[in-house]
Parts: sequence; structure tokens; C-alpha cells
Amino acid sequence: MSHKKSEMLKAFRILIILYALGTSSILGAKAQEHKTAGAEPAIEKFNASKLIMEHIADSYEWHIAKFGETHVSIPLPVILYSPQSGFHFFISNKFHHGTESYSGFRIAGEESKYKGKVVELASDGTEKRPYDFSITKNVMSLFFSILFLLLIFSSIAKRYKEGFDRAPKGLQSWLEPIVIFVRDDVVKASIGEEKYRKYLPYLLTVFFFILINNLMGLIPVLPGGANLTGNIAVTMVLALFTFVIILFSGSKDYYMHIVNAPGIPWWLKVPIPLMPIVEIMGVFTKPFVLMLRLFANITAGHIIALGFYSLIFIFGERSLFAGYGVSIITILFTIFMGLLELLVAFIQAYVFTLLSALYISMALEQHGEHAADGH
Amino acid sequence: MGLVMPDFGLLFWMVLSFSLLMWLLGKFAWKPILTALSAREDSIEKALKSAELAKNEMVKLQAGNEKLLKEAMMERERIVKEARELKDSIVREAKNVAVIEANKVMEEAKSAIARERSEAVNEMKSVISSFSIEIAEKILKEHLSDNKKQKELVANYLENIKLN
Repeated sequence: MSHKKSEMLKAFRILIILYALGTSSILGAKAQEHKTAGAEPAIEKFNASKLIMEHIADSYEWHIAKFGETHVSIPLPVILYSPQSGFHFFISNKFHHGTESYSGFRIAGEESKYKGKVVELASDGTEKRPYDFSITKNVMSLFFSILFLLLIFSSIAKRYKEGFDRAPKGLQSWLEPIVIFVRDDVVKASIGEEKYRKYLPYLLTVFFFILINNLMGLIPVLPGGANLTGNIAVTMVLALFTFVIILFSGSKDYYMHIVNAPGIPWWLKVPIPLMPIVEIMGVFTKPFVLMLRLFANITAGHIIALGFYSLIFIFGERSLFAGYGVSIITILFTIFMGLLELLVAFIQAYVFTLLSALYISMALEQHGEHAADGH
Repeated sequence: MGLVMPDFGLLFWMVLSFSLLMWLLGKFAWKPILTALSAREDSIEKALKSAELAKNEMVKLQAGNEKLLKEAMMERERIVKEARELKDSIVREAKNVAVIEANKVMEEAKSAIARERSEAVNEMKSVISSFSIEIAEKILKEHLSDNKKQKELVANYLENIKLN
């Protein structure tokens, strides 16, 4: 028991150190920027919302730090398909951090509606969005997380293959309770003893995928730092998987219930199909809510953490000392927020998995036996 | 607005890689992990059940042992009692037999003694009678050889008769 406790403490400590590192690197970068900015006449005012939005949004390069005017970032591959000019494949450093265009493509500027995305310049000067399959920061982060998941679980699975009677060890003893928790208290509890096995692999994958990406989002440096589970496309795909599973595993009763809900007065169904409309809307709102909840929670967490950091620079613009003074408080707040987000990372993974399991169990429900009992 | 508009590229990669992840994990991770977990749970349950069974068996065995011990003790007591009774009866019998035997021996001895005695007496009687004849013969011879003595004898007899 105490061993596990110390492991947890170690994990917390690492997280805090990583936070401190991230904070100091941002501080250092910004302080440098101030020095150089002071020399130049055109002072770029610190814009908190721009910083936050850039951080939350996807990017064609993995930005690590900015020292003075030099960006330290990893360029990522850009893959485009344009109906006019076909396939394009190049590395994002051709854009020089968005300042230059390359073979008719450029990253759209502030005023464009495709802000921050690669656009193709048409001959009449309008911007057109090509099909963009680029390995962006989020896609890269997605690959990292999948790689980690595969490494972690294949190494654990190897130990399980050696024999079930071996006591759990290391990473395995850390993850086994979580796997058992998901199996027993989430999936088995919602879907029931007979049918849970079929859905367990999907729900376990979803749980650990969300969890690892939430946690990686909390780490400010590579390979973390991307806002993957706070990206609507990612949560949309996850919700779509649940939606498809619900549709395919829906029982006859489930669909009958949508069309002709029992126990509802007929006049709510017949001239104007009010109840069926509500029910059909309910079918779509469930995955929609799943998508939005995860997206909003994780994005909000990132916004709050970054907001606290921005406070340092907002105060620092007024006076350098105020900036340093505030930094102590904001770092404490950010650590607190980080711990809170650590909790949220688990809770959101849990909630997404639990609700998916509940929706699946609703779709599996059969009322046939009860109706027969009525006679 | 860009925040809530899903990116086509990310959607594409997410569908592709999440499907792949699900398939890979399902095949290479969840299957062995979940099989091993349920196998372990089954074996633990079985072990617990058999332990419970063994405990019950043990209790039963202990009760049986106690019963057996009690029975053995009772048996021992019974055997000892029986042996004591047997011993007593044997001793009593032996005594009886000894008394009877002794009496018999005594009777036999008595009768033997009596027989011997009567024989001896008879023999003695015959010997004495022959002796007395011999003596009488000798006395007569002696007395008849001497007249004087004969006269004395006759006189003696006469005297005795007179006395009577």
C-alpha cells in the first residue's frame, strides 16, 4: 500500500517539475523577448487571448520555445491535395513559421477565415482551402499517444501471457486496477454480465486513449503539450465510434421505442410526430454531448492554465517587478490547476467511458419479456 | 469559430489511427490481459472455494476424531471392565475348582488311609492270632513240661475261680 503511495507521489513530483520547467521556459522566452522588444520602436503588446488560442489550436510545427527572434520548433510534414494542382508533400519549415508562401500555398493570416490553416492562393487572389492531410502537431501527438499505448499495453500483455498466476509487477500493477475498475465498475455495471464482453475492448481503448491524451496535454514539453482531447475533431471521432456502435447494437425494442414510444398518449405521435422527433433528436444529442463535454472540459483546463501564465506577462508589461511578483502566485495557482486537471483527466476519461457504456446498454435493452409478462 | 470546426485532416487521421489502435489493442493487449485476469479470478475463486471446503472437511474430520476418541475411550473402559470381570470370575472358578479338588484329594486320602488301616488291622489281627497261638503253644509246652508248674497253674485258676 505505501509503495503505491510513493509511486503516486513520484508521479506527482515529476508532473510538478515538468510544470516548473514549462513555466520557466516560457518565462525565459518572454523575458528575452522583452529585452529585444525594448530596443525596437514597434513594441508588440502582449496579447493573452492570441497566446491562448494559438496554444489550443492545431499547428503545422511543434513549437517548443522562442528565444529572442529565433523559434525553436520541430517542423512537421504537410500533405495536401488540391483539385487544381494535385498532391503536395513538403515539410512545414518551407513556410518559415508562416511568414512565407511555398508553391502557391501559405498559412492564412489573422484576418482570414482560415486563420492558421494552409490555403491555396487562387489566380484571382482568393484563398482556397485544399484537402489537408498534414501531420500537424495534433496528428503527431495522436501518433505519439498511440505509440505509447501500444508500447505500454503490449509490454503488460506479454507479462499476462507468461501466465495468469504471476503477481502483477511494475507498470502492470499500476494499470491492472484501472483495467479492472473499467471492466467491473464501468462496463459490467452498465451493460450487464451477459453482453459486456463484446464492448469491453472498445471501451477500454477509449478510456486509456482519452486518459493518456489528457495526461500528455498536461505535460508542457514534447511529446506532450498538444491539446488533442480538447480538439473537437478528436472528440467527434470518439463520439462517432460510440454512435456507430449504438446504432449497430440497437435492439428491435430500441428502434421501436424511437418510432413508437410506449406509455405516451397517441396524440403526441399521430398527426404531428412530436415524440418520434424528440426521440430521434435524443439519438443524436447523446453522442453530440459526449463530443462537447470532453472537448469543453479539456480546452477549458488548458485555457485556465494558460490564463494564469498570461497574468505574469500582463502584469509584467506594466512593471517587470509586478510580473515577477505575480508569477509566484500564478505558478502556485497553475500547480493547483495542474493537479485539478490531473483529476479532470481521469474523470473525463471515466465519464466518457461510463456514458458510452450506458448509451450502449440503453440500446441493448429489451422490453419484450416485460410486455409478454403483462398477459 | 475555428475552435469548434473539426479539421478534415485530423478527422481523417483520427479515424484511421484510432481504428488501428482499437484493432491492435484488442488483438494484442485486451485479449491476453482480460483472459489472464478472468483466469486468475477464476483460479482465486476456485482456491477460496476449495479452502472453504477443506475447512469444512477439517471441522468434520475433527468432530469425527473426537467421536472416535470418545468411542475408543469407552471401548477401552468396557474392555478393562470386562477383563476385570473375567479375572474375577476366573479367580472365583479357580478357587472353587481348587476347593473341590482338594476335597476330592482329601476324601481319597482318607479312604486310602482307612483302607490301609483296616488292612493293617486285619493283618495285625491275623499276625497277632498266629503269635498268640504260638505263644499259647509255647506257654502250654513250657507249663506242661513241668508238673509243679502245672499244679500251680491249676491252683491259680482255681483260686481265681474262687475269687469270682
